[in-house]
Amino acid sequence: MKRIVTYFARHAQALVGTVGGLARTPLTSLMTIAVIGIALALPAAMWVGIDNAMKLSNGWEGPGRISLFLKRDLSDNAAQKLAEKIRRRNDIAKVDFISREQAFEEFKRNSGLGETLENFERNPLPAVLVVHPTSEASQAQTLERLVRELRQRDEVDIAQLDLEWVKRLQAWLGLAQRTVVILGGLLAIAVLLIVGNTIRLAVMNRRDEIEVSKLVGATNAFIRRPFLYTGLIQGTAGAVLAWILVQSSLWLLSGPVRELTQLYGSGFRGVGLDMSSSVILLLAGAGLGWAGARLAVGRHLHAIEPK
Amino acid sequence: MIQFSQVSKRYATGYDALKNINFTLENGEMAFLTGHSGAGKSTLLKLIALIERPSRGQAVVNHKNLARVTRRQVPIFRRTLGIVFQDYKLLHDRTVFDNVALPLVVAGMEHREIGKRVRAALEKVSLLNKERAHPITLSGGEQQRVSIARAVVGKPSLLLADEPTGNLDTQLAEEILDIFLDFHHHGTTVLIATHDTHLLARARKRVLQLDHGELARDNGARA
Ligand SMILES: Nc1ncnc2c1ncn2[C@@H]1O[C@H](COP(=O)(O)OP(=O)(O)OP(=O)(O)O)[C@@H](O)[C@H]1O
Ligand SMILES: [Mg+2]
Repeated sequence: MKRIVTYFARHAQALVGTVGGLARTPLTSLMTIAVIGIALALPAAMWVGIDNAMKLSNGWEGPGRISLFLKRDLSDNAAQKLAEKIRRRNDIAKVDFISREQAFEEFKRNSGLGETLENFERNPLPAVLVVHPTSEASQAQTLERLVRELRQRDEVDIAQLDLEWVKRLQAWLGLAQRTVVILGGLLAIAVLLIVGNTIRLAVMNRRDEIEVSKLVGATNAFIRRPFLYTGLIQGTAGAVLAWILVQSSLWLLSGPVRELTQLYGSGFRGVGLDMSSSVILLLAGAGLGWAGARLAVGRHLHAIEPK
Repeated sequence: MIQFSQVSKRYATGYDALKNINFTLENGEMAFLTGHSGAGKSTLLKLIALIERPSRGQAVVNHKNLARVTRRQVPIFRRTLGIVFQDYKLLHDRTVFDNVALPLVVAGMEHREIGKRVRAALEKVSLLNKERAHPITLSGGEQQRVSIARAVVGKPSLLLADEPTGNLDTQLAEEILDIFLDFHHHGTTVLIATHDTHLLARARKRVLQLDHGELARDNGARA
């Protein structure tokens, strides 16, 4: 029990001493913390951005929708029959029939090109069947199988899954996410080097103190301790700074993003770093700070032996 | 307490600083180590404190064969010694109090106990009024006394001193000698390296004389 108390007392002592030491060189400490903060904020912000984009694209996915553009020489009657046939399948919830006439009218109305289009002698648009699969049949794989089947019908010219662009976007986002992980790894190494270099300088500055401490019986663990705390504190402070940077950038962006999503008719609201991401960011900063200090101090401590 | 048999030290430069040294210092004994500059006095003390390792022979200190003390065990071993360095080795960005407290802090002693011990040590060297001062503001003699206080604060069983009176006038040197004699009377083993013949004459203790790395004279134990 007494040993445990002494153990914590010693760590508390080292911690207090470390904070004092950091306060004595505020500029160097702040510079290091700022560099760590930016290095951590970069991948964290990109991660949040991609995360939001993924949430947004998921929202758009809905229950898939398939547009069947029918061959132009098909009669409305034949088209209606096909619609009825498809409607009877049990993986289909609903089929809307848009005749060539309707399609043309709608296009004239929506495009604002009404007058010009009067000059067309023939209606250039095909009839369309908009097929709504049931929600059970809306998984990516089943949908694709369904599209392939429908495409093979003689009446169908083009079968298009409206999801395709979403899936492509998601593939891009997946790639971006992977890139952020790699970038994050590189920046983590950068943080290790930054902390390592700061600690190396600190060790050099305190050469005399280390030498004398060794002469009066200090163990390597004792000498290492304040440097490890320096790394830990700087890493943690850097992570806190990164958190502030990310959250405030998101706050600055939230207005424009809301306008944009409203224009697209979506009620989407961006999210920042949630609880678990914040904890991960903090642990990453602290861990990298500690590890960088441990690597540097281990290498340079042996070089200082009393003469 | 100290037993050297056929100990030699050759530095990496190839220089033989100590050649075939044999002597024994009993527990509680006090002795002086003397000889010309470069004779090897500091080298011998460094071997005892494991700052340097012997190239040959066997050295036993405090029942420990020094060859068997591993790197990891060196700190614990050094805590049983008190060393006064030729160049003091004080930390100039710390107060006198903190300098003297260092061996106790390093050993993980409790805060209140440290305060008591440090003040007792400073009182012995008559520097209690300078506890808040920084070493740089002290005279050479005062700095030397701070380093003595730091050497004795851990109540070591063996006290080593390298030229502890090098910078002092006769009167101060005698005061310092009295401090060492006092520790000797309380049972501490003391080994002092010095040029100061006046000090040797006054103390009338055993003298080991080195000459170019060889033990030229050892007048044996004298009470
Ligand atoms: N680290 C070292 N590397 C090489 N040679 C050394 C080293 N330390 C000491 N020497 C040499 O060993 C010899 C003995 O040195 P030492 O310091 O033991 O002498 P000393 O008796 O203490 O002298 P002084 O009275 O001047 O302090 C000297 O010639 C010195 O040059
Ligand atoms: Mg010397």
